[in-house]
Amino acid sequence: MEIDPFIFRLSIFILSIFIGYYVVWSVTPSLHTPLMSVTNAISSVIIVGAIIAALAGSSESVFDISSIFGFLAIVLAAINIFGGFLVTQRMLQMYKKKKDKKK
Amino acid sequence: MISANLSAIFYLISGILFILALRGLSSPDTSRQGNYFGIAGMIIAIVVTFFSVGNFSTSLVYVVIFLLIGGAIGAFIAFRIPMTAMPELVAGFHSLVGLAAVFVAIAAFLNPEAFNLGVVGGIKLASLIEMSIGAAVGAITFSGSIIAFLKLRGIMSGSPITFTGQHFLNLILGIGIFVLIYYLCVSQSANIFWSLIMISFLVGVLLIIPIGGADMPVVISMLNSYSGWAAAGIGFTLENTALIITGALVGSSGAILSYIMCKAMNRSFVSVILGGFGADSSSDNTKEKKDQKPVKSGNAEDAAFLMKNASSVIIVPGYGMAVAQAQHALREMVDKLKKNDIKVTYAIHPVAGRMPGHMNVLLAEANVPYDEVFELEDINNNFANSDVAFVIGANDVTNPVAKTDPKSPIFGMPVLDVEKCKSVLFVKRSLSPGYAGIDNELFYKDNTLMLFADAKKMTEDIVKNLD
Repeated sequence: MEIDPFIFRLSIFILSIFIGYYVVWSVTPSLHTPLMSVTNAISSVIIVGAIIAALAGSSESVFDISSIFGFLAIVLAAINIFGGFLVTQRMLQMYKKKKDKKK
Repeated sequence: MISANLSAIFYLISGILFILALRGLSSPDTSRQGNYFGIAGMIIAIVVTFFSVGNFSTSLVYVVIFLLIGGAIGAFIAFRIPMTAMPELVAGFHSLVGLAAVFVAIAAFLNPEAFNLGVVGGIKLASLIEMSIGAAVGAITFSGSIIAFLKLRGIMSGSPITFTGQHFLNLILGIGIFVLIYYLCVSQSANIFWSLIMISFLVGVLLIIPIGGADMPVVISMLNSYSGWAAAGIGFTLENTALIITGALVGSSGAILSYIMCKAMNRSFVSVILGGFGADSSSDNTKEKKDQKPVKSGNAEDAAFLMKNASSVIIVPGYGMAVAQAQHALREMVDKLKKNDIKVTYAIHPVAGRMPGHMNVLLAEANVPYDEVFELEDINNNFANSDVAFVIGANDVTNPVAKTDPKSPIFGMPVLDVEKCKSVLFVKRSLSPGYAGIDNELFYKDNTLMLFADAKKMTEDIVKNLD
């Protein structure tokens, strides 16, 4: 009997939770705020679904009710992607060691 | 157009890059590189999606335009936001992820052919379940984050909002969500799908309103986790590996942060969720115990004198420092002290501030080298052999009651052993209790000198007096 592809996706999901568990415990507490902003940025990879929905329209009707939701989701996810990565970058630039104390 | 298998491999690569992005955060040295991995993963995922859909008509032009509009807004926010406002920014961003998940689920429900999930009215059962879970969690994340945002921003009061039957109502609505998902699967009715989303919005609001301001670090972490699970739900619907991996990573990351925050407050996750902490519970025990105990208060001159004659100073920052924007003045003060060969370190309690790591970012912004900043367990033994503890804007996290009084609501919470220092300087506006609503015994100790003033103003005055 063949295995349903869903089971494979579920396996990926469960294994990723374990990876996440170990990776996140090794994050230093002083970087917990950047951790939140970067997880926020990467969870916006949901934009993939938004793009699929938005591209579903044809040349004659770019905007139908389903693709409109896609376009809206693109804007929201894009705010998050750019905002999330850039603000993380801004924060990480500020973390300096004692040596390069002099600006 | 590229094959589904090839695009799946690219999605896997972007998933791995996201793992490396989080991995980079294990040390500040590797963190910037990690962020670039994350950006690379995102670019791969987006470009691959363009090619796998293969629609290069006018639609694509609009997609790029909308992408750039969102990107411009996001970039604008990222550059303009002050570091003290990070908690509300993160809460706001979580709400966007949640809403995006809801929109994608709606789009998939209205046009399942585009996602290869069947036809309208005949969506595959598994996909329907997955997308309703994604939509429900996304909606809860959205409305919950909005409330968290309003509370952090101060537009809504930080005090808990509770009413009788609240938990019962939440329970009913929670069960209602599952019932609706069941009927949705049976009937494929659009109306049920809309009701599901509406009820989830309501649950999000009801979940967050009873939680008080001091529990915000837990709430933000929890919403972080929810946004991950919402993404994973959508990832299952779209059969997209990148989304599934990311959802799992973010979900577990948020869950771990919530756990760390709960532990740092010695509170169980359930009691945080049920809320109501820090309302008025302990006003009575304040009255009976402490009637006008003597407090020693001093001014900037006294503080400067004490610190000048010290050989080691530990600074304990808290949320009050963020509110007063005192981090730059504080840095100036520390520079002066260092010039006099005084050893200065910073002690940070895990729940200082309104989100995990909040104080660290503020100190980094003020150019404090990160190797002078220590976490609770690394520095707590040093208080006993330090001369001065400078508490600025922190309160409950220094309260010795947590170690001595089993009746106290914060008993058992790990606290900084500030009182073991030879002398304690406590910058505070008044003697009012902190978020937990309890009196701080530290105020009345013989070796404590209270400095009643705004944190920033007091620090600036001390700087003047150090010359």
